[in-house]
Amino acid sequence: MSVTKRIIPCLDVDNGRVVKGVKFVDIKDAGNPVEVAKRYNDQGADEITFLDITASSNNRKTILNVVEDVASQVFIPLTVGGGISSVRDIRALLNSGADKITINTAAIKNPELILEASDAVGNQCIVVAIDAKKKINSTNQISWEIYTHGGRNPTGINAVEWAAEMEQKGAGELLVTSMDKDGTKQGFDLELMKAINDKVNIPIIASGGVGTLEDLYNGIKIGKADAVLAASIFHFGTYTVNEVKEYLANKGINMRITHE
Amino acid sequence: MGINRLQQKAFSKYNRRLKLNTIAIIDYGMSNLSSVVKAVKHVAPNDNVIITSNSNEINNADKIIFPGQGAAKKCMESIYDKRLDSVIRKSSQEKPFLGICMGMQVLMDYSDENQGTNCLSIIEGKVEKFKTKSNIKIKIPHMGWNKIIKKSDHPIWYKIDSESYFYFVHSYFINPADKSSVIGETKYGDIFSSVIAKENIIAIQGHPEKSSYTGLQFLKNFIETKY
Repeated sequence: MSVTKRIIPCLDVDNGRVVKGVKFVDIKDAGNPVEVAKRYNDQGADEITFLDITASSNNRKTILNVVEDVASQVFIPLTVGGGISSVRDIRALLNSGADKITINTAAIKNPELILEASDAVGNQCIVVAIDAKKKINSTNQISWEIYTHGGRNPTGINAVEWAAEMEQKGAGELLVTSMDKDGTKQGFDLELMKAINDKVNIPIIASGGVGTLEDLYNGIKIGKADAVLAASIFHFGTYTVNEVKEYLANKGINMRITHE
Repeated sequence: MGINRLQQKAFSKYNRRLKLNTIAIIDYGMSNLSSVVKAVKHVAPNDNVIITSNSNEINNADKIIFPGQGAAKKCMESIYDKRLDSVIRKSSQEKPFLGICMGMQVLMDYSDENQGTNCLSIIEGKVEKFKTKSNIKIKIPHMGWNKIIKKSDHPIWYKIDSESYFYFVHSYFINPADKSSVIGETKYGDIFSSVIAKENIIAIQGHPEKSSYTGLQFLKNFIETKY
């Protein structure tokens, strides 16, 4: 008996509404954020992540209102990501009721931001998101390179070394996405997860590529992830959070099963 | 134009009749209080919930909640800067007092955090760091949902089963001298004291404000129970 593995539904939020889409195409309205968050909470979600995909920066206030509304009615940890680039942004979100913040591009532009942020608000609030692509060199050695802007821009940074650096700077958790697997429904990049897990001693959330329940099992069992983040399997109603948890619990994974 | 003393008296009599409690959440600038405030307001919609660093307001409140996040040294510095140490000590002896997370840890004598930090010495004992052992790797911080095993019956456990899940985020845990004060334990690597009750004080390492329905019940029990 120990801390359970976490199941985290991820919601894309655009202009104050939850949207669902495949790779940003065919975006459909999927409802009011409070209602969606409540539904996932009642299904036993261990956390909820909101990704602010609102393109225009003058709409930043909208996400603060969303967080405020959800946090007043749903009492599990809430993580918010998307476009966060300063300690001021972080504080504004925490004051609205967010518990954790994910930072991606801003950390690559300025790694000291993680130091500054964890110093200001505590490392338990700071999740660093790592988007990585596999590379095989001429001598068949495997490594992973960090990409930004949704997988479009290579940075030349080694993902595993970056993970260790971010832990040192004060990241409390890492959200690891394989750009090769994201959206493919082929499962996580288990080697990547495991390589990062071997290097750091902070919790890792696996993301990108979930198609089946077995993918989630493998992410935890083989990839050693502490938590798994998934979007489409929940939004499209393929599985409820409870169904996922019961499946994993039956296969011997430590899960928080609720009967609300 | 403010209300006069007569009106004030009538008003407080009215409040008493309605059993309107004032619940003070102590703000010493060291934590994000919004989650705690939202959860308390949710379970106590008819009570007067205030966020304060004002000693008079804390003295006048009926129940006290003392949350906290971050590092021990900064928390202690912040408590002294705002001259809150004596009112925390006084209120924890006089009325129902709930410490949450760092608000539990700084009640102890001493914490190993930040090369050693002297704390408030309200409860005897110290605060230690989780250790990864060679045979079992445990990640630090202890982050996520874990079970609290009840060690005794206490009104704070009303409608909460033993082995209920609470949400935790912390790297240090308390080791109180008086083991009979431990009313809840949690296993992470080793077993640690996750809930204690001593006289007016209840303190919990997990975050009831983030522990869904179980956590809300815990807060409700604190707010509604007569001591």
